[in-house]
Amino acid sequence: MPKIYLDNSATTKIDKKVFQAMLPYLKEDFGNPSSLHCFGDIAYKATIKARNQVADFLKCNILEVFFTGSATVSNNLAIFGVIRLAQKKGINKPHIITSNIEHPAILEPIRYLEKNDEIEVTYLAVNKEGIIKVEDVKNNLKENTVLVSVMLANNEIGTIQPIAEIAAVLGRCPERSEGFQYPLFHTDAVQGANYLDCDVNSLGVDLLTLSGHKIYGPKGVGILYKKRSVDIEPIIFGGHQEKGLWPGTESTALIAGIGQAVEGIRNQESGMGKGERVGKLRDKLMNGILQNIPNTFLNGSQENRLPNNINISFEGVEGESILMALNEKGVAVSTGSACASGNLGASHVLMALGIGIERAHSSIRFSLGKYNTEKEIDYVLKVMPEIIKKLRAISPLK
Amino acid sequence: MPLPYSKKVIQHFNKPHNYGKMKSPDGVGQVGNMVCGDVMKLYIKVTQNKKGQDIIKDIKFETFGCLAAIASSSMLTDLVKGKTLEEAVNFNREEIVKELGGLPPIKVHCSVLAGDALIEAIHGYLVKNKKPVPKALNERHIKLAKEKQEIAKTHQAC
Repeated sequence: MPKIYLDNSATTKIDKKVFQAMLPYLKEDFGNPSSLHCFGDIAYKATIKARNQVADFLKCNILEVFFTGSATVSNNLAIFGVIRLAQKKGINKPHIITSNIEHPAILEPIRYLEKNDEIEVTYLAVNKEGIIKVEDVKNNLKENTVLVSVMLANNEIGTIQPIAEIAAVLGRCPERSEGFQYPLFHTDAVQGANYLDCDVNSLGVDLLTLSGHKIYGPKGVGILYKKRSVDIEPIIFGGHQEKGLWPGTESTALIAGIGQAVEGIRNQESGMGKGERVGKLRDKLMNGILQNIPNTFLNGSQENRLPNNINISFEGVEGESILMALNEKGVAVSTGSACASGNLGASHVLMALGIGIERAHSSIRFSLGKYNTEKEIDYVLKVMPEIIKKLRAISPLK
Repeated sequence: MPLPYSKKVIQHFNKPHNYGKMKSPDGVGQVGNMVCGDVMKLYIKVTQNKKGQDIIKDIKFETFGCLAAIASSSMLTDLVKGKTLEEAVNFNREEIVKELGGLPPIKVHCSVLAGDALIEAIHGYLVKNKKPVPKALNERHIKLAKEKQEIAKTHQAC
């Protein structure tokens, strides 16, 4: 049986070059980057190399690159860091604007602060295409708005948000032009990084999050870009590492790995052909399913979408059963349905599209990556109709 | 996540027994809801044995749900086919989990759902044929109906 991985939005296979770049720091070059001797020097230089690789990708200064423990850490650091400083500055109840399809690593820290009665929040609704309206950001700005956080691209449906347009709106808001730093603009670029331009100047963001393992790099390491002119409060305390924002001895191997991974996506997918190859395979799989299997629906915009993402609802069939049936055929995908207990409902992202609970529970996400081949796509297209036919025969929803 | 399913569960999922719609059933039970993503429909055909007792002559299921829900439905039909209604009413749904070689704790509710569907199908048959409904069975039916209403309400609310 083949083993076909179509879950690249969950995690990616580590690139060989990345693996090679990490190895020395797990072996002979084990020094602490903070140590004042030749062992420390080698490790320190590795972190500087990685910082440069990231700065080249984001078109920023190396002093603006912070390595953290994961993208979840970066998001938490951005949110709590901004809020804690705003509180310190005497802003009574800071206001955050975000979207209702953000990743839990954004929504949960925000909800925590909201439940604690520390902040006010506006959750912007997306349209049925899965995209927020720029005017909604503008219309919801308040005097106490300190942070706007909108993801670059969504992890479940791959829809791309108008980040540069939001930045333009924020740039014109009076508070900012008077030299006051608020509202700050953060984007979670974890899913978009492989395929979209992450130049922080053209995006117009103050803070940006990246993950290592979604870009063929290692797990356990993330990046927070923080513009030099922007201040945030630390949320954990210890040594001087990462300028005190993420203290703790640097994991040199992971940092070398994420640096190489970032360089990899900058080189491989850059320019006009960004995502072109994966996009062709994606289109073949997507169109093949939509055309050959009746009562299937694409969730989210077809145009403003990452080239590797497909999210389809198969009417009358529960997502987890499709996932498991595909797994039996050697194909790995994910679902927005969690048929696990009464409390775990359908995906908040799919529900936000207004497609209804049944379609939300019938969804499958295929996320392609650079290692997928046309042969694999042909195989999936071959096994898919039979799986759906069989599960529909079992289903009471006709 | 570890793949937590026994061989038996996978077998029933890959080749479920007694599935599909039944033509002119004597009793039908539908349970579950879209909020948590399981809907189970059970059809029974009833006949009398030599002693004149009602027995489940045939049983079929239709399930919208995960692997565990489909496997639980399939196993239930195997376990209660041929049983008297009295035996079926007193059927211990833990048997489903046992016979399947276990279910992960988070999926045990799938077997509970299958047991509920059976209760509803039998209740439906008894009411339709104006037969006496045992008190315990009626109580369970009322409880299930109440749950259904509550979920519909909360679902509307969100």
